[in-house]
Amino acid sequence: MASGNTVSSTGATDAYVRFEKVQKSYDGEILVVKDLNLDIARGEFVTMLGPSGSGKTTCLMMLAGFEPATNGEIYIGDKSINHIPPHKRGIGMVFQNYALFPHMSIGENLSFPLEVRNMGKADAEKAVKRALDMVQMGDFIHRRPAQLSGGQQQRIALARALVFEPELVLMDEPLGALDKQLRERMQYEIKHIHENLGVTVVYVTHDQSEALTMSDRIAVFNDGVIQQLSSPEDLYERPQNAFVAQFIGENNELTGKVEKINGSTCSVRLEDGTKVKAEKVNVNNVGDKTLLSLRPERVEIDPVGKMDALLKGKIEELIYLGDHIRVRISVAGNDEFIAKVRNRGDKRDLKEGQSVKIGWAASDCKALDA
Amino acid sequence: MTDAASDMDTRPATANNGPLLTSDGVPLKQKLAITTRRMRWKAFLLTVPLVLFLIISFVVPIGQMLFRSVYNTTGTDVTPNFAVAIQKWDGEDLPSEEVFELFVKDILQAQKVRAIGKTPGKLGTRVNYELPGSLSLIRSAPRKLKKITEGPYKEALLSLDKRWENPVLWRTLKRVTRNFTPSFYLAALDLKYDAAEQIVAADEIYQIYVSNFWKTIWLSAIITFLCFLLAFPVAYLLSTLPLATSNLLMILVLLPFWTSLLVRTTAWIAILQSKGIINNILVFIGIIGDESRVQLIYNQTGTIIAMVHILLPFMILPLYSVMKTIPPSYMRAARSMGATPFTAFRRVYFPQTLPGIAAGTLLVFILAIGYYITPALVGGADGVLISNLIAGHIQKSLNWSLGAALGTILLVTVMVLYWLYNKFVGIDKLSFG
Repeated sequence: MASGNTVSSTGATDAYVRFEKVQKSYDGEILVVKDLNLDIARGEFVTMLGPSGSGKTTCLMMLAGFEPATNGEIYIGDKSINHIPPHKRGIGMVFQNYALFPHMSIGENLSFPLEVRNMGKADAEKAVKRALDMVQMGDFIHRRPAQLSGGQQQRIALARALVFEPELVLMDEPLGALDKQLRERMQYEIKHIHENLGVTVVYVTHDQSEALTMSDRIAVFNDGVIQQLSSPEDLYERPQNAFVAQFIGENNELTGKVEKINGSTCSVRLEDGTKVKAEKVNVNNVGDKTLLSLRPERVEIDPVGKMDALLKGKIEELIYLGDHIRVRISVAGNDEFIAKVRNRGDKRDLKEGQSVKIGWAASDCKALDA
Repeated sequence: MTDAASDMDTRPATANNGPLLTSDGVPLKQKLAITTRRMRWKAFLLTVPLVLFLIISFVVPIGQMLFRSVYNTTGTDVTPNFAVAIQKWDGEDLPSEEVFELFVKDILQAQKVRAIGKTPGKLGTRVNYELPGSLSLIRSAPRKLKKITEGPYKEALLSLDKRWENPVLWRTLKRVTRNFTPSFYLAALDLKYDAAEQIVAADEIYQIYVSNFWKTIWLSAIITFLCFLLAFPVAYLLSTLPLATSNLLMILVLLPFWTSLLVRTTAWIAILQSKGIINNILVFIGIIGDESRVQLIYNQTGTIIAMVHILLPFMILPLYSVMKTIPPSYMRAARSMGATPFTAFRRVYFPQTLPGIAAGTLLVFILAIGYYITPALVGGADGVLISNLIAGHIQKSLNWSLGAALGTILLVTVMVLYWLYNKFVGIDKLSFG
């Protein structure tokens, strides 16, 4: 604790949780987390999103105190917590498999963190009841975890992580074991609990829709590095590199070479020779190879108005999905090009094998690193 | 119309109260039984060879053996006619002339035939169990009885030896010539009949079995506890290591099973004896003097050390298999909620290992309570267990009935302990992995 004071000057920022030049290696040969710098504000909901092995869970474990950082400092408030054991960090945590103690009833599970804090019995009972009511599980206090369904166990795990009123709550893929419908409902519930309590939440998941639904900001991890840290909207609308564009949402890719740079836009010659206009995001020089990223819902088929790009293509496949129709088109040598056509009920006459024109606005087409 | 109406009346009644029917109208239970019959037959056939093997090689011989603890025919085998006649005697004074005559004739007849297990000597041994000191009298009887060729037999016999005049001898003879007898259970529980036919404690020098039972239970409990103390940390380590390492270490745990039990036990002799490795090292470093070497073997210490070593894997394996299923996230969850490592262990980890502890202790305790070879080799006089006494009666003294009685008591003890265990721990909570 004394060391916390000495480093407080360096750690003093408005960030509540702060990773500073954090590195982690398990075997001394491979860095699973490379030079991580991340500030999380008080009350913020930050999601660490990435494929498995990207280092996101390791970061969470370092924050919780179950893995030591090989290098760098982690701060909570002003204090470096590198040398504070997990039980003194006061962080609530929800685990992937819930980790409800099977030999204790739900009530005992929830009062466990209060008991080890020597809270009085009457206060503890009130706190347990409050936490259970918050997740609408008040009637289950005498049950055993094994008697509950996955979704119910999830609520209990959430209540248990919050019952001792921590300021920071970590969640490690808490919804991973639930079915799709329940997962979506729990996402909203977690989001609302976060809004009501104002706790800081660090959430780890590999499910992008989960991240987009709940987070204030999302840190996209890959290969031990944060690829982009921004709001869900920015992440989807303005991906900063090819990995983020591919990882978040559906994405059409066209490869080509930069021919001309003109302020914030550039023109790109595709592999089949067609020239298109795109927004310059992650290319610097004329002649660079680039990967154009284009969301399927921003593609217009046989556009009426003026378009920044207009290409010829052939419809390969039509898939009816209710609210929209997925159209697979071969364009510029890419036969996996997808366009989503909203189902407006005007019975657009699209047929497989039909030749169409496709177009898009330059601002929707991002020129990224290849 | 009336017929149809009555049909309508009865049908819903059967549908509501009667058994559930299939769409063909066959009762569902019956149909299910037909469809599962094949499966049940298959299950039965798969177990038939083992069941037969167990019945022939285990249930029948053991049952027969245990039966001997209450059924002993030595008396009726040697003196069949006398055995019937003496049962009519009221036990007062001495039996009648007629009984004496049958006794003499039966003994002489048995001596003449000399059938295996039916000699007068056998009867002597049998009587001697209950009335120590009467072996020589009965063993030498045929030789002396030959002189008696005609009655009155009673007078002739009594004049041969003063000891024939003792009514206790005849009362004992009356007892041992009954086929069903509680005598061996009495002997196994350090009890006997006194001169007045009352059940009393046996003479002190013969009181060896009850104390040995207690010693066996006590030593087994100590061995079980030591196994638990040693196995718990090892099992914990094994369960937390990566699979490749834990598999390697598991081979080391199981390595003793690849060696003969005899070899392992004799290895302990080499290590523990007074000129053995441990004592030599202690003398060499100067902790003890050459003349005051520690007696580590041929006593209870030797039995405990060797048996803990031999039974340790039986504790490690169930513990390991249970610990393996406890995800590390439980401990992490407990610690994230503010529990110190010790509290997290005590409140969260340890309770979840209880099924393994229960299985391990039960397994080790029951194995220990009936263990034979190791205490026989390293136990000396002090460290022998009840199973060694049983073996002694079966192999050396050939008092099979007493051996069977001791064995039955041991079996019942184990079953009672198992029942208590089930009552307090619950067999359903056991996990052998």
